[in-house]
Amino acid sequence: MEVRPPRRSLLRPVLAATPRAGWWGLASAAAIAFLVVPALHLLVPPSSPLHVSDYAVAVAGKIACYATVAVALDLIWGYAGILSLGHGLFFALGGYAFGMYLMRAIGHDGVYQSDLPDFMVFLDWKAYPWYWRGTEHPGWALALVVLVPGIVAFVFGWFAFRSRVRGVYFSIITQALTYAAMLLFFRNDTGFGGNNGFTDFKRIFGFPVAAPGTRVALFAASVLVLLVTLVVCRWLVVSRFGRVLRAIRDGESRLVCLGYDTLWYKLLVWTLSAVLCAIAGALYVPQVGIINPSEMSPANSIEIAIWVAVGGRGTLVGAALGAVLVNLAKSWFTQAMPELWLFFLGFLFVAVTLFVPDGVVGLVRKVRRRRRAQVPGAADPDRAVEEVVA
Amino acid sequence: MRFRLSTLAALAALLALALPIAARSEDTIKVGILHSLSGTMAISETALKETALMTIAEINAAGGVMGKKLVPVVVDPASNWPLFAEKARQLISQDKVAVVFGCWTSVSRKSVLPVFSELNGLLFYPVQYEGEELEKNVFYTGAAPNQQAIPAVEYLMSPDGGGAKRFFLLGTDYVYPRTTNKILRAFLHSKGVQDKDIAEVYTPFGHGDYQTIVANIKQFAAGGKTAVISTINGDSNVPFYKELGNAGLKATDVPVVAFSVGEEELRGVDTRPLVGHLAAWNYFMSLKNPENAAFVQKYRAWAKKRNLPNADKAVTNDPMEATYVGIHMWKQAVEKAHSTATDKVIAAMAGQTFNAPSGFVLTMDPTNHHLHKPVFIGEIRADGQFNVVWKTREPIRAQPWSPFITGNESKQNM
Amino acid sequence: MLLPRLLPLLALALAARPAGAASLDPALLKGLAAEDSGDKIAAIRALTLAGGPEAATVLQALADDRLQVSRERILIDEGDRLRDAATGEPLARAPGDVEAITINNRVRRVAEGSLALLRLFDASRSVRAQAAEALGGTVTPELLPLLERALAEEKVRAIRETLEIVRARTQLGSSEPALRLAAVKALGAGGTLAVRSLLAGAADPAGEPDAAVRKAAAASLAAVDRRLLLADAVNRTFSGLSLGSILLLAALGLAITYGIMGVINMAHGELLMIGAYAGYAVQSLFRARFPGGHDWYVVAAIPVAFGAAFVVGVAMERAVIRHLYRRPLESLLATWGLSLVLIQAARVSFGAQNVQVANPSWMSGGVTLLPSAVLPWNRLVIVGFSLAVLAATWLLLTRTRLGMFVRAVTQNRAMAGCVGVPTSRVDTLAFGLGAGIAGLGGLALSQISNVGPEMGQLYIVDSFMVVVLGGVGQLAGAVLAALGLGVASKFLEGVTGAVVAKIAVLAFVVVFIQRRPQGLFAPKGRAVES
Repeated sequence: MEVRPPRRSLLRPVLAATPRAGWWGLASAAAIAFLVVPALHLLVPPSSPLHVSDYAVAVAGKIACYATVAVALDLIWGYAGILSLGHGLFFALGGYAFGMYLMRAIGHDGVYQSDLPDFMVFLDWKAYPWYWRGTEHPGWALALVVLVPGIVAFVFGWFAFRSRVRGVYFSIITQALTYAAMLLFFRNDTGFGGNNGFTDFKRIFGFPVAAPGTRVALFAASVLVLLVTLVVCRWLVVSRFGRVLRAIRDGESRLVCLGYDTLWYKLLVWTLSAVLCAIAGALYVPQVGIINPSEMSPANSIEIAIWVAVGGRGTLVGAALGAVLVNLAKSWFTQAMPELWLFFLGFLFVAVTLFVPDGVVGLVRKVRRRRRAQVPGAADPDRAVEEVVA
Repeated sequence: MRFRLSTLAALAALLALALPIAARSEDTIKVGILHSLSGTMAISETALKETALMTIAEINAAGGVMGKKLVPVVVDPASNWPLFAEKARQLISQDKVAVVFGCWTSVSRKSVLPVFSELNGLLFYPVQYEGEELEKNVFYTGAAPNQQAIPAVEYLMSPDGGGAKRFFLLGTDYVYPRTTNKILRAFLHSKGVQDKDIAEVYTPFGHGDYQTIVANIKQFAAGGKTAVISTINGDSNVPFYKELGNAGLKATDVPVVAFSVGEEELRGVDTRPLVGHLAAWNYFMSLKNPENAAFVQKYRAWAKKRNLPNADKAVTNDPMEATYVGIHMWKQAVEKAHSTATDKVIAAMAGQTFNAPSGFVLTMDPTNHHLHKPVFIGEIRADGQFNVVWKTREPIRAQPWSPFITGNESKQNM
Repeated sequence: MLLPRLLPLLALALAARPAGAASLDPALLKGLAAEDSGDKIAAIRALTLAGGPEAATVLQALADDRLQVSRERILIDEGDRLRDAATGEPLARAPGDVEAITINNRVRRVAEGSLALLRLFDASRSVRAQAAEALGGTVTPELLPLLERALAEEKVRAIRETLEIVRARTQLGSSEPALRLAAVKALGAGGTLAVRSLLAGAADPAGEPDAAVRKAAAASLAAVDRRLLLADAVNRTFSGLSLGSILLLAALGLAITYGIMGVINMAHGELLMIGAYAGYAVQSLFRARFPGGHDWYVVAAIPVAFGAAFVVGVAMERAVIRHLYRRPLESLLATWGLSLVLIQAARVSFGAQNVQVANPSWMSGGVTLLPSAVLPWNRLVIVGFSLAVLAATWLLLTRTRLGMFVRAVTQNRAMAGCVGVPTSRVDTLAFGLGAGIAGLGGLALSQISNVGPEMGQLYIVDSFMVVVLGGVGQLAGAVLAALGLGVASKFLEGVTGAVVAKIAVLAFVVVFIQRRPQGLFAPKGRAVES
């Protein structure tokens, strides 16, 4: 009788490593996003206190996109030790790629009632440049959303990782990259709307952009992308691949000595992270209604890092939480005490890096572990996770 | 992973924010102020916020609008264009303001337009701009190109302005300079100036090193009497003027007329080397008339009361005057319509007049949502104020759709 | 009986009065208050031909916006009192209906030109030289006799040469070909763009009917073009040096702190800003307390800028950075947070608007190397200043104990600690030093560009590029990188424009770092990965 080794299930590691509470959280988040919020926005009349306003839906959708970006950054920073301070570039590139389709979808309804977008009219251009070709098809635009940032990330990563550029140097050159791209896109001659960027969208996939149904659908899609990102990243980090990533983070030279070709691991996770950002960017643009080169500013990219740091580096959900918390704080501060917002943000950076380096989630875990250690023999779900994973 | 629940909690908190703010007080009217108080545009826009607050206080002191007090709701979109749209939406749908006074850059205005038309809000935009726009929900109290740029170029071509034959169009790379220069080029063609006598150069935002460009201007000027038409935005004006001073290019040789330089921008510059360079506006602080004297004095008192930095040297400028005029006209329209409902106010705005600090009576055109404004050309003085060297006899009607751009012939009115 | 005795005295008195001391004709002056610019210009010309120091005084007042009119009487505003322009007598009381006479550029140009012409007769040589330079092409044919008289009386050769070119410019418009020929030959000695364009017009058949004149013009044009090319090269190189010196000042402090602590300080730009605001504060102090000494506020500001930035740097290091020195990525984020706090603090204290920092008078204007190559004094002073700072830093690092400790800690922190170097104190002092240098850089920057809360942000990326390119903790590398980037940017800018040049430079640095990750001057020896 043959003894066949048990088939390695793809799902088993992630199912085993994630306690039931996690799946309940996932399910409830999905339920809220796909059922509760749409119902409260579309079905409940505006006068009722339960009504979810379009403002709230737009803000929530935007924050969900930001959370996805934070998770993507956590994947490479928390698990592979690569701090990119230029991730805003991929976010913006995805936004621009999808924005091209949205600009096409305006059709003749623009200010000048011409085939070309308004900014091309006032630049006196007569036809679309070659890189705009095909963007009237949503399929091609979506392909561009994935391909362009992916290829840019791949090429940049290839050269950077091959030369073993690491640590702070790497962060600085990602800053230089996004700064250079921002300068490039600010030029009107580059053909992406210059400082005005893309705005004044009318339609998406045939539906009006401002309709409540579209807005809720975009919000739900953003949350869906966030949840899928969380699951995919979780799957990645609990697998053997994730173990190698953590080894890269902790001691790359040793790993190389052991015979691993770290270049491909880093490149893969870097490109994946860039593509996730790009998808988030593509969903962000129709919800916010504008994409412009200041999304590529170095300051924006640094802010992404602080979301991850606040929420908890190396814990995917923490990054999402950090993004939510910091952006809620921003919305509140810029309304209630605008002069104090930058003080708050600055001190947050300092406090988090000095006192709470593991972020909110890390803190929670530490507290829970300490409390559990006082009760001998108690089961520790966190430890269980780490045993499977480590 | 119990902390999934924290994500849940966060989302729940988010929903809680959506609950509309409790009862609106019956005897107040909320007014939104949408100006950047931080970021690159804070330099220009903070003064507009203060002017708006001062005007609102003045109106309240005189009894308010229809007997109700105005309550300003100030938000800070932080020079971040997507945040402008979000804050505009918040002001209209959360705070339920009756009107919004705000925006400066064209990007910020364009990013909030969809919000205003979707929610049928009302925006008063006080800054000179490139035109090529006419929205039902917006009233433009700043200058259109034919109320600023074109008269300035005509002056430069006149003997008094130096009789310029060649023109160097220098601007920051965004829609306002691009569109203005397109209009100006067509205008210059119509006056017989050829393309070889027109140079068009753009620099990025925040560009600081103008050595090469000033050298190019010198070279260009060698080919004939040249004037520089500067649509450089904001802070970049300072290094440009400093470099002009360094290179010894005086206003008597190569005059520079700037459209984005006013008293506020000159506060941060040593104006001695700039004497004689020009600006074109619909208002200057140095105008001598009773309304302006009162306006300047009111603003200085306000600045002192609010402990603004450098309050004793506070200056007033064109966008501030436009803000002041806009708020008063809105008040008049509301009182005429007996309501703050957007559509009624829009209808009542047609034909409104006001004795502006510029010394002229400004009228809101009944068909195109723009003001009839006078034009002043001023030369910079050593003390940072402007000498008015030319002015129109009467206010000019705005042409938001420039006749110099093909395709605009059919679009002249709302 | 008395009169015959007094007559000789009177005659003596009358003879002693210098020519032209007779009071100015009020009819001439009246034209200055005319509405029409053309009338004003005619009055100015007439006044110039009348000549004399009083005429110069009136014209100067006109150009300075100090001329006023009251019921057809022209008055000069001297600040504390009014003086009658025609008689020169001060007025006891200011009349009630005084109105300022405003002029526009066209009138100012004529006034300044006439003023320069009158100043050609001044006793002081430097005044005459300056006036000759300022004349340019403003001498119209009717003023030519005055210019000829000045030429005849002028003894200094350099001024004569300048005046001859001015005369040639005027003569070029003459109807006699012989005069034009002489003019064209004389213009061959010129070296400005204005002269070039005149010669180009004279060499063109459309503008000049006489063939001999055209030929001579072509020869002169070639000579002027050669001179202009040289001037262009000089200008471009100087711009590059100037930009490089600024980059050096901005990046030097960062190079030191990065070298010794491996900390990339994102708040470095704000240290620049602190130095600039320190300069502004000292200027305000001088304006309030010592108005006469305004020109020297820059010198007084140097220790203030250094000190303020030093204090802030030390505070930053003690409070935040020392806890993060083994964690460079976190220190990057923490210092970014500090930069946000500093920017907002500046905004709240000084206002969001830019503040005015004026060049002292000895830094205004420029030195004229060639007629077309004027090197501005403020940039020259900054180049000199950065060299001085560089020299001082080098001396500090190589000749003092502290410098030795800094170098030791940079090379091998652990061993330095083992042999007794107080590493943490050295860290603090080195960081403070780097911050102080940044403060000095900010002071220099305040002289040529904006001073506002966000000014540091513009220089942060450039500073990083210099540090990353130059290599860890290497002064020589930082110098070379700064100068190289500056010169390369400027030359590239002439070809491609500012934005593309900046992008190209950034792209170059990104690629270079990948080829040579340790920078231009890599530290020698085994480097163990931290």
